Amino acid sequence: MIPEIGHFMLSLALAVACVQAVVPMVGAIRGYSNWIALATPTARIQFLLVLAAFITLAHAFVTNDFSVAYVAQNSNSALPIAYRLSAVWGAHEGSLLLWILILCGWTFAVTVFDKGLPPKFASLVISVLGIVSVGFLSFLLFTSNPFDRLIPALADGGDLNPLLQDPGLIIHPPMLYLGYVGSSVAFAFAIAALIQGRITAQAARWIRPWAIATWIFLTLGIALGSWWAYYELGWGGWWFWDPVENASFMPWLLGTALIHSLAVTEKRGSFKNWTVLLALATFALSLLGTFLVRSGVLTSVHAFATDPGRGIFVLALLGFVIGGSLVLYAWRGPSTFAGGSYEPISREVFLLLNSALLAVATATVLLGTLYPLALEALGLGKISVGPPYFNVVFSAVMLPLIAILGIGQFSRWKSDSPKRLIQNLAYPFSAAVAAAIVAMIMLGGQKMIAAGVGIGFAVWVISTTVFGIRERCRGRQHPWFTLFNLPRALVGQCVAHVGFACTIIGVVVTSFYSVDEHQRLAPGDSAELAGYEFHFVGLRTYSGPNYRSTEGNFELRRDGQFIATLKPEKRLYHVRNMPMTEAGISPGFTRDLYVSLGEPLDGGAWSVRMHYKPFVRWIWLGAVFMACGGFIAMFDPRLRSPAARRGEAPAKASSVDL
Amino acid sequence: MTPTRKKRLITAALIVAGGGIATALILTAFEKNLMYFYSPSEVIAGEAPAARKFRVGGLVVNDSVKRVPDSLAVEFTITDTVHEVTVVYEGILPDLFREGQGIVAHGLRRPDGIFEASEVLAKHDENYMPPEVASALAAAKSGTTLKHPQ
Repeated sequence: MIPEIGHFMLSLALAVACVQAVVPMVGAIRGYSNWIALATPTARIQFLLVLAAFITLAHAFVTNDFSVAYVAQNSNSALPIAYRLSAVWGAHEGSLLLWILILCGWTFAVTVFDKGLPPKFASLVISVLGIVSVGFLSFLLFTSNPFDRLIPALADGGDLNPLLQDPGLIIHPPMLYLGYVGSSVAFAFAIAALIQGRITAQAARWIRPWAIATWIFLTLGIALGSWWAYYELGWGGWWFWDPVENASFMPWLLGTALIHSLAVTEKRGSFKNWTVLLALATFALSLLGTFLVRSGVLTSVHAFATDPGRGIFVLALLGFVIGGSLVLYAWRGPSTFAGGSYEPISREVFLLLNSALLAVATATVLLGTLYPLALEALGLGKISVGPPYFNVVFSAVMLPLIAILGIGQFSRWKSDSPKRLIQNLAYPFSAAVAAAIVAMIMLGGQKMIAAGVGIGFAVWVISTTVFGIRERCRGRQHPWFTLFNLPRALVGQCVAHVGFACTIIGVVVTSFYSVDEHQRLAPGDSAELAGYEFHFVGLRTYSGPNYRSTEGNFELRRDGQFIATLKPEKRLYHVRNMPMTEAGISPGFTRDLYVSLGEPLDGGAWSVRMHYKPFVRWIWLGAVFMACGGFIAMFDPRLRSPAARRGEAPAKASSVDL
Repeated sequence: MTPTRKKRLITAALIVAGGGIATALILTAFEKNLMYFYSPSEVIAGEAPAARKFRVGGLVVNDSVKRVPDSLAVEFTITDTVHEVTVVYEGILPDLFREGQGIVAHGLRRPDGIFEASEVLAKHDENYMPPEVASALAAAKSGTTLKHPQ
């Protein structure tokens, strides 16, 4: 009975979403204020209905209701409770339900925080979000109902994919989805702006925290995914340029461009067209990501749907959103958004260049991801694009981007003189060159030049950040007061840029100086790697809740000094009869040591994979810094519109056009 | 020239120059790193390139996996049910590598016809068949070949 209630809630939610999609939109265009007033209640009711459906599904998982087909396929009575809950979004239907729940959650948040917007504009935004919701709810109900019954019920379920039975994977999908789906707010904002034909300064200020919040979730979601792949897949890699990873990385790149372009639009009134286009494209790529990952076009742990009907549905939805928004953009965009003047040497231009470079980076990733798929779909053969393509092209785009980032964050708005820039950038530039030389000497080896250049670029980001703050405080009456009262958006920017530099350092050092070795080791044997001794003590077997494990015991030593015990495992999950590798890792600030078991060989020996990964943690540490920076900037009081702060009627301020 | 025009001209010039350089770089790197897929039948027929890395996939033939004692070297045969290719590899095979299972190997073909793999991939699910392998099997059965872009 309970699953039927869930199904009924979803059907009701679809009906409510239809009202939310149509009525406020018509009301806003025609000026019926009582129609506009429907936006908030419909959005909130829809959220509650979807939440109820989600709880119903979670209940079915917790109570092991194997008469529900989705539960029977993805859970098992031996599965620990935490994984039973995360199994709710462990496969196609449930993850789609989570997608919709998050969309409704974002819409709900918009209804709570829309006080700074003119009611007409807010109702347009909510209405566009309603349209997206109609699309996805129909997809869920008509092609992938999570509440379908299985008659007769199974005695026990088919278990959650063992790869997903991991704490990291409990939070990775919700984080990533919060990011993916969050881009729908900026998208709805852009569409509303196109319909109205203008963006007010106030509206641009309102959307900034939303775009930043989306970006924070994407950053954390991607970092979690990378970290998970590192310790769970047992290969010691942290990024594979796998199409699924690319699918999440593309909206991140464009989202990064968006928050920067939005800063210009909000502060200076320029680049409105570009900002709107970026907002549309970011959401389109989020949808494309959903399509790639969920349609079964790609084959990976993420690809759930094998039913071609589903793929076609998402593709149609994608075509509608991209096509529709581009047509609207072409029709309304160019004529309506002019404004803001700036000189060729100004912060605006540097920001524009970098957001263009980010768009180029996105295009290269898109090419490498979609070209093989397109070729295959057209029956022209099967190819794959290797990681070297992405590595080479991506670094080629990132180097100028980093150089411009440094200049950009040092330059002035509107107009700057090349002379002033060159004079003031001399110090940070010298610091970067000095760091590059020191890094080359310290790191050494064949790859010292490339590594040194990489470090130099990272230090360039840090040194321009530091000197930028110094420049701002110098010559003020109370420099220390200025320093401790910097605008929060600026503090956030600095923290995020330093985080970016950390990630660059991590990527450079790990890529050039990782050492790994595959060896045949029997208990009692030792192997040496990068000055560390891996001593294979022995093996034991034990039973987990739903698997059997063979656990190796390795002692890690350096110069005879004991450092740590590593316990890599080889697990066999009963239900799916699937082997899994759990790596043994000794984490450290400047290096990770990593060991994983391959397979048993003759004579009690095992094939063993050992890695020395210097600075690998910096990659994720940098991502955490970036997210923190975003968090600080998001809560800049200046971004809360003056009308909302003073509790004034917003209509007055909104009439000022930029 | 009005300031607006000048600004637009500069912007356009920058976009064209940047776009041109980027496109050239990207396409070069792209072409260098493409890897084509061939079925065992096509490899036997000599259609696969001799000096370039490519991918080959098929089912691992039962009882064909031979390990070299005291090392990580391994030799096995893959088939599309019509023709077979011998693969040698040194390293750790993926968790789901088993006899009878569909796998994909990346690497080079040696002059003696043996495929030297630098990477061996098996997928995450024991019921799962890599799509390349599935279509190679289907093509071998029907006697056609896979298509390749020129």
